Amino acid sequence: MTGGKLYDLRGVSKSFTKGKEKITIFNDLNMSISEGDFLAIMGPSGSGKTTLLNLLGGVDKPTGGEIWFDDSRVDNLSESQLAKWRANNIGFIFQFYNLMPMLNAERNVELPLLLTKLSAKERKKNVAAAMELVGLSDRAKHMTSEMSGGQQQRVAIARAIVSDPKLILCDEPTGDLDRKTADEILSMLQLLNREFGKTIVMVTHDPSAANYAKRVLHLDKGEFVEKDLVA
Amino acid sequence: MTSIFSQIITVVMMNIRSLPRRFWMSLAATLAIAVVVAVLLSFLSMSNGFRKTLEGAGTEDTAIITRSGSKSELNSVLSNDVVNIITTAPGIAKDANDRPIYSAELYVVVDGIKRTTNTKVNIPMRGISQTGFDLRKNVKITEGRMFEPGKNEIIAGASIQREFSGFELGNRVKFGKTTWTVVGIFSTGGSAFESELWADARVLQSQFRRGNSFQTVRVLLSEPGNIDGLLKAVEDDPRLMLDIQTEADFFKEQGEALGGMVKLGWILSIVMSLGALAGALNTMYISVTEREQEIATLRAIGFSNISAFFGTLVESLVLSLLGGIIGTVAAYLFMDGLTTSTLGGNFTQVAFTFEMSSDLLMNGIILALIIGLVGGFFPAWRAARLPVVLAFRGGA
Repeated sequence: MTGGKLYDLRGVSKSFTKGKEKITIFNDLNMSISEGDFLAIMGPSGSGKTTLLNLLGGVDKPTGGEIWFDDSRVDNLSESQLAKWRANNIGFIFQFYNLMPMLNAERNVELPLLLTKLSAKERKKNVAAAMELVGLSDRAKHMTSEMSGGQQQRVAIARAIVSDPKLILCDEPTGDLDRKTADEILSMLQLLNREFGKTIVMVTHDPSAANYAKRVLHLDKGEFVEKDLVA
Repeated sequence: MTSIFSQIITVVMMNIRSLPRRFWMSLAATLAIAVVVAVLLSFLSMSNGFRKTLEGAGTEDTAIITRSGSKSELNSVLSNDVVNIITTAPGIAKDANDRPIYSAELYVVVDGIKRTTNTKVNIPMRGISQTGFDLRKNVKITEGRMFEPGKNEIIAGASIQREFSGFELGNRVKFGKTTWTVVGIFSTGGSAFESELWADARVLQSQFRRGNSFQTVRVLLSEPGNIDGLLKAVEDDPRLMLDIQTEADFFKEQGEALGGMVKLGWILSIVMSLGALAGALNTMYISVTEREQEIATLRAIGFSNISAFFGTLVESLVLSLLGGIIGTVAAYLFMDGLTTSTLGGNFTQVAFTFEMSSDLLMNGIILALIIGLVGGFFPAWRAARLPVVLAFRGGA
């Protein structure tokens, strides 16, 4: 089930100049993402899917058009406003986990909560809940370097959901994992979508991964080809 | 505000904890800063010790009179007539018999063997009277006795005995054709006078063929620091071509002889600082490059660029502070209290002790922090401006 409109991209374009050459990634791109959606974005290398993810995550800005999130325009926010917006609304899951090697698992998960006004006690409670959800309660004090790839990605998922964001953006979340572990991670994302109503946008090369999504958008040369999937 | 503060603390702690990944490079940068600080403090403590040794020799109670333009005691010559005239000037304290209290003194150079280098150097020998002894308030005989007037006897300053060989109590030493017996050792509380040999002025005049002349006259002032009466006497009497200063001012001027050394110390330290600065910059740029994905990830999560900036800057300051502390501790351990001698204003050896002070140590720490601040600023600026999209690139 999907709800109201969460994201709305209106006539978005993105280009950059390399030397004297102007390279256009998107031109007049329109799309919307509803609350509770689980969207997989696929496409060949250079199709613009990571650029799209960057735009959705507010880590890059479009050169034209407008991006609306939850009825507020976000493409015109300043860097510091965007940082706050990301902290309040987005959870990121990266291909290579991007955990802080000098922190243990629970400290990694706690990072987004340091941007909130929660007390240390409340933070600890939320971290414990997130660690339990990803099945790593017993490894909370372990350094992430002592963990397997799958466990590290689960820590990254706990970090992404600990502050209860509306949207989770995943960049090739299973790209560095074996099939079995990848399926476990994708099942976990599916669970977050179905049971906790999290909106998930996932960029992937892997058609098996895309099967976990409610719908798939194929991106080619900056244009979409939508394909419905059985959820 | 609390959030920003906790972000900065978090990033700083993460950066500090990640230092073992860059252990050798960080250590090299820290040690480079330590060396710069140690060198600076060595120069400054040397200058500090030399200045204090000379300043400690002078008081405001006593004025020193030398020939005009002589600049040092060694270059001055005063005839007995001039001594007789100037000691009648107003402003000089009188004894119970209403006689001016003064000490006409000779100052000659003799050879001594420096213990540390076993080389022959100039050491000063002063001809004084009992009044000259009394004019110096901190002086006391620590071994043996005072020389007897009319005899070839000397008393040696404690520094002379420590730094130069052959001046033990009872030893006989030969200067030119004359032989002298060391009959006493005296202390003046560490001032420059301790680097002198003292003998009876009249005997010295005779043995060094100085006739009736002296080199300096020290007078006890009736009012400490007030030399106006003496200056007026010189001004009013064309026979008197004299310089008059309080002893405190005279030795302060002599102490400035090492001013050039202090400047050299600073210049050397600044030049070396540039090397340490390059090391700090390099270390911090590498630190930022190594952590750029971590920084970008934190930014993606919502951490501000201010936290990235201060996280890097504080890391640099911590390394430089550590270097500063190592440098000051090393300088303190190896330099503080080290005794040596050098050529003073009279072309004679002055023994002195390297002396650290809290101000000097603070100078070392401040220099280290300046290196850390400059060395960390530009890499921190880079960290703050790293594009957040870097979080999505490359492998861990």
